[in-house]
Amino acid sequence: MIRKQDLGFRLGTGAFALVLILIVVAIGFELTRQSMLSIQKFGLAFWRTDTWDPVAEEFGALPFIWGTLYSSVLALALATPVALGIAVFISELCPDWLKQPLVFLTELLAAIPSIVYGLWGIFVMVPAVRVLETSLPPTLRQLPVFSGPPLGVGMLSAALILAIMVIPFTSSVAREVLKAVPGAQREGAYALGATRFEAIRAALFYARTGIIGAIMLGFGRALGETMAVTMVIGNNPKVSLSLFAPQYTMAAVIANEFTEAADQLYLNALIEIGLVLFIITLVVNGLSRLLIWSMARSGSRSRAAAAAAPAEVTAA
Amino acid sequence: MMKTFACVAAVSLLAGATVLAQTTINGAGATFPNPIYSKWFAEYNKLHPNVQINYQSIGSGGGIQQITKETVFFGASDGPMTDEQLKAAPGPILHFPTVLGAVVPVYNITGVSSDLKFTGPVLADIYLGKITKWNDPAIVKLNPGAKLPATDITVVHRSDGSGTTYIWVDYLSKLSPEFQSKVGVKTSVNWPIGVGGKGNEGVSGLVTQTPGAIGYVELIYALQNKISYGSVQNAAGEFVKASVQSVTAAAAGAAAKMPADFRVSITNAPGPGVYPISSFTWLLLYENPKDKAQGKMMTDFMKWALTDGQKYCAELGYAPLPSNVVKMEMAALAKIKGS
Repeated sequence: MIRKQDLGFRLGTGAFALVLILIVVAIGFELTRQSMLSIQKFGLAFWRTDTWDPVAEEFGALPFIWGTLYSSVLALALATPVALGIAVFISELCPDWLKQPLVFLTELLAAIPSIVYGLWGIFVMVPAVRVLETSLPPTLRQLPVFSGPPLGVGMLSAALILAIMVIPFTSSVAREVLKAVPGAQREGAYALGATRFEAIRAALFYARTGIIGAIMLGFGRALGETMAVTMVIGNNPKVSLSLFAPQYTMAAVIANEFTEAADQLYLNALIEIGLVLFIITLVVNGLSRLLIWSMARSGSRSRAAAAAAPAEVTAA
Repeated sequence: MMKTFACVAAVSLLAGATVLAQTTINGAGATFPNPIYSKWFAEYNKLHPNVQINYQSIGSGGGIQQITKETVFFGASDGPMTDEQLKAAPGPILHFPTVLGAVVPVYNITGVSSDLKFTGPVLADIYLGKITKWNDPAIVKLNPGAKLPATDITVVHRSDGSGTTYIWVDYLSKLSPEFQSKVGVKTSVNWPIGVGGKGNEGVSGLVTQTPGAIGYVELIYALQNKISYGSVQNAAGEFVKASVQSVTAAAAGAAAKMPADFRVSITNAPGPGVYPISSFTWLLLYENPKDKAQGKMMTDFMKWALTDGQKYCAELGYAPLPSNVVKMEMAALAKIKGS
């Protein structure tokens, strides 16, 4: 028998959870409703057309989808090793007196407003990137990933600034996850004669679902980042593999063009970009859940196997 | 003692009375005229404490939308409303030019310190990607004295939708049929080449950092930040550097052919001493406003802004309206129905 107080508590918190679901549904509904003109006119072609011409009123989201995913994936590739390195160092290797300052500094990085990152990017990082680009040997410049004039602004700068912005998120969550790994895991590893490196590897393996979650959190952050990216990416809606080429992201085009868009179809197309971003974010989150879920399942199997292994050893 | 008390009471009564009588008029729109509009509304409020005008600089597109939906009393835009947009509004909307702005070419070429000369077709070809080097014969011909290097030109444009872009492409489209057909005129366009910077500061930041870059910024921004800029050939064939005087001259030159609704582009305006990349910025009002009292107040304000208010232009870097345009607007203001 549930007590009255318990029931009230359950209903209350349940209502809050329900509100969350309703908000997500309402956002999806409203984005669809407000972009109806564009959806009816362009249909699915909106996803694969690479023209964005407000004068001729022809709109396609492909360059923005490409730019968003490309910059986020690059940022993730750059940020993940560094972020995990920071997390491992702080939680496993760092001397105690250094721990708090390091934790404080990584969290401080997360608190810097993105416009500050953007300004730093345009005045400090972009010139440095330009020097890097011009000093690249001509043989490498033949490759499609390094083609085009070395402008400084472009995909490379965007990926770098995103990586810097993502690092504190991923490393903070990864550190917390590593902290939650039971001490017995490491002790067990040491007891079996593992080196420190092997013990840390065991801890990382134990925490892998949480770490994937941390990486995905960073990915979500990279997908939606607007201000810092638009200031260094060059804002040119062209699909290109080149790291030097100026490109564009979905969040950036909405921020740039929404205020001055006065025609209905144009506005609808911009809102549909928002809808596309919303769907992509949902899909990415869904996929990461799936990944974590499948890892957790295979993990429980391998843990069972691991549990069985010592038994065999004793038996032998 | 009693006297002081009576005084205080009287003052507070008076204060209460003004608070009660104060009317707030709301407007929204273009960011470009925001500094002078804010100045005007503050100064006007000092003269007429009962009128409080509230302005949100949310962008021209936003201003047009808000006035169309009647969520604000007046709108403001850097580009005139199209026929289609006017039709979408519940009643006739009138355009009133308030001040003038101009757009100037800025560039960064190593070894060139003098002011360069440009023509509309040359600028259009640069922005179309047809002229790709600084020592292109077309640029050399205009600037025989300058030591132009064989550097690649990096084209910089605005990434955000902007009245500045509107004026720039409006001018290029008038001078180059190819630009007109390939790019066209709007606050955001599909640029064939180049990189986009956010805002005047983004464009000028990219230009100053990139050797060989060319961009365009508002005249006010260039003046306030002491950025040097090039001169542009006008319809009379002269090379003119943008200044408050040469921009006002553009409006005076265009006044002869001014349409009754003031929806006119004054880029490439005729006449001597005219800077060709100039434009009005407009305030938008309903001809038959719902709130007649506010309509009257706003008309009074406009009369003040077009005459006494113009003296604030100089200190803020805007070009004031020429007297012939002011006269035409005064006549048009009489059309607004107020109590």
